[in-house]
Amino acid sequence: MADIALSRVEDHEAVRASRRRGWTRAVIYGLLTVFALIYVIPLLVVVFNAFRAQPEIARNGLIAFPQSFQPDAWVAAWDNYCIGGTCQGMKRYFYNSLLMTIPATIISTLLGAMNGYILSKWRFKGSDVLFTCMLLGVFMPGQIALMPWAFILGKVGLSNSVYGLVLIHVVQGISFTTLFCRNYYVSIPDDLIKAARIDGAGFWRIFFKIILPLSPPILIVTVIWQFTGIWNEYLFGVVFTSGTQQPITAALVALTASGTTASAYDVMSAAVLIGAIPPLLVYFLGGKYFVRGLTQGAIK
Amino acid sequence: MSSLTVRNLRKNFGMVEVLKGVDLEAKTGEFIALVGPSGCGKSTLLAMIAGLESVSSGEIWIEDRLVNSVAPKDRDIAMVFQSYALYPTMTVRQNMLFGMESRGVPKAEQVEAIKRVAALLQIEPLLERKPGQLSGGQRQRVAMGRALVRDPKLFLFDEPLSNLDAKLRVDMRTEIKKLHHRVGKTTIYVTHDQVEAMTLASRIAVMHQGEVQQFADPDTIYNRPANMFVAGFMGSPAMNFIPARFTETGGPALALSGAPSAAPLGVAPAHAASVAPGRQVVLGVRPEHLCRYALQTEERKANLARLTVPVEVVEPTGAETMAVMRLGEQEIVGRFNPDEAPRMGEEIELGVDMTRACLFDPETRRLI
Ligand SMILES: Nc1ncnc2c1ncn2[C@@H]1O[C@H](COP(=O)(O)OP(=O)(O)O)[C@@H](O)[C@H]1O
Ligand SMILES: [Mg+2]
Repeated sequence: MADIALSRVEDHEAVRASRRRGWTRAVIYGLLTVFALIYVIPLLVVVFNAFRAQPEIARNGLIAFPQSFQPDAWVAAWDNYCIGGTCQGMKRYFYNSLLMTIPATIISTLLGAMNGYILSKWRFKGSDVLFTCMLLGVFMPGQIALMPWAFILGKVGLSNSVYGLVLIHVVQGISFTTLFCRNYYVSIPDDLIKAARIDGAGFWRIFFKIILPLSPPILIVTVIWQFTGIWNEYLFGVVFTSGTQQPITAALVALTASGTTASAYDVMSAAVLIGAIPPLLVYFLGGKYFVRGLTQGAIK
Repeated sequence: MSSLTVRNLRKNFGMVEVLKGVDLEAKTGEFIALVGPSGCGKSTLLAMIAGLESVSSGEIWIEDRLVNSVAPKDRDIAMVFQSYALYPTMTVRQNMLFGMESRGVPKAEQVEAIKRVAALLQIEPLLERKPGQLSGGQRQRVAMGRALVRDPKLFLFDEPLSNLDAKLRVDMRTEIKKLHHRVGKTTIYVTHDQVEAMTLASRIAVMHQGEVQQFADPDTIYNRPANMFVAGFMGSPAMNFIPARFTETGGPALALSGAPSAAPLGVAPAHAASVAPGRQVVLGVRPEHLCRYALQTEERKANLARLTVPVEVVEPTGAETMAVMRLGEQEIVGRFNPDEAPRMGEEIELGVDMTRACLFDPETRRLI
């Protein structure tokens, strides 16, 4: 008897508590939905406009659901739209961006892995000071380096060239890649290195046979970070290249500024989306590993 | 012939002197244990022998070669780490191959070595697994296997059993002893566990604060410890240290400073030479050298001094029973056969085996 009475009281309490939880939950979900919309709506507007015909945009305004889906703007944006006098669409700038981003990502990631390996496993006098100096690069705004880079690019003959941008992004990226890799490698036990040294392995063999095979999680992180960062970067592209040498971000600026009479919102939207596809693709393919790589240590 | 000779070895980390002139020597085939409390410099010493730490001063000889500045891979050593340090991305087989591949050992020889060692350690079924898929004991075996595939002059072990649970530790200890018996390689074995040192080693170096306190065979270390540190560190429960003073009451005897009311203990003939009336000493008595006086044979009683003390705590462990007794201001621990064990609160008449007791100088803390 006593048991039953007691459990009934508990039931009341539980119901009240769960009702309270229900309310809190509704508020949380409501807020989250609002914020998610704030992020998603601009993307939706651009996506819709890329599929709407220009007359329809002119008639119904920028924010509206497409009445029919047209691929024309995509073809124009990719292939033959005129930007600053040349009518080749975005494709050439898209290639420029790939040509810049892929080598810069690979080189800066490999250099970061080497640096991280040395700074964590082959410490020398002053290596911590060196690391601190490299960290400064993480916090340094890019515009500070504009004038020195202008000077250097001129000296080495890489002005107005995609390869000049590769050089810039490799150097500017090293502090990040080094930071990522070094912090990951310190969690690899030093005993592994000692065992390998006794086993007769040297600097390179240890790097390629022991460190690199343990590295995929952090290499994925640095590759994603570098790829999206370099692809989306725009300041160096605008300042150091012009005309056919520009990466896609810089070309998009030229597109909005090109003196056609009426703004072609449909083509612009498609062009912006073309420019956004690679980083989005990288995010969708690798985002999961990005979070995992940042949070997990080298050895489970 | 000596496999390893260490002379006056010193190591500084910045201002801190971690090793203060260590001398050590291992004859070919010998099993040397380095034992001491955590932080005394054992691992540093081993790492210097391996070439993983630089030498501040002194000499390290492996056989007839001065190796102070020889790289680890050229010292002809193999090492087993406390953390096992197995390469996590490689299989057991690849782990064992790694060193041979680095050294360019011919393929046929590599295969042969793996076969031999896998059979020796019974790890054939594990060869294709990764370290992450092995239990602690299996990893331990593989770590030893990796050291054994080479035929080094010197085996170095750094606390190889510390990460195993108690039962497995005892089993592996026996295995290591068997293995050493079979392989016969000179071995330097670091441990903080005095039981491991006693059971495995042909000679033990007891270290404390960067110095070797005593380097001798286990029997000498246990029965004739060079100083109070060695006496206290080796053996569990630890040796009882009882402050005393020589008196002359019809034959040499020791009056106990902490318990003036107790009758002086007669000194064994072996210690007679050190008797000087009035001299302060520390009497060291191992727990197993205390017994219930009344139960001893007449023959044995001749060597026993008598002491009556109250029993404060009794701790049975099954095979034997420890008793904590009060002697004036201090406590002493005795180890008894369960049949003869005292009861809590009992006033027991103890026999103290004076022939086995040690006398220490309270100033220098050295054995007299
Ligand atoms: N790389 C190092 N830098 C500074 N001090 C160290 C270093 N390695 C060891 N020590 C110090 O040296 C002493 C001995 O260490 P270690 O040889 O690891 O002791 P054990 O193995 O006997 O526990 C410790 O006090 C430790 O803090
Ligand atoms: Mg140690």
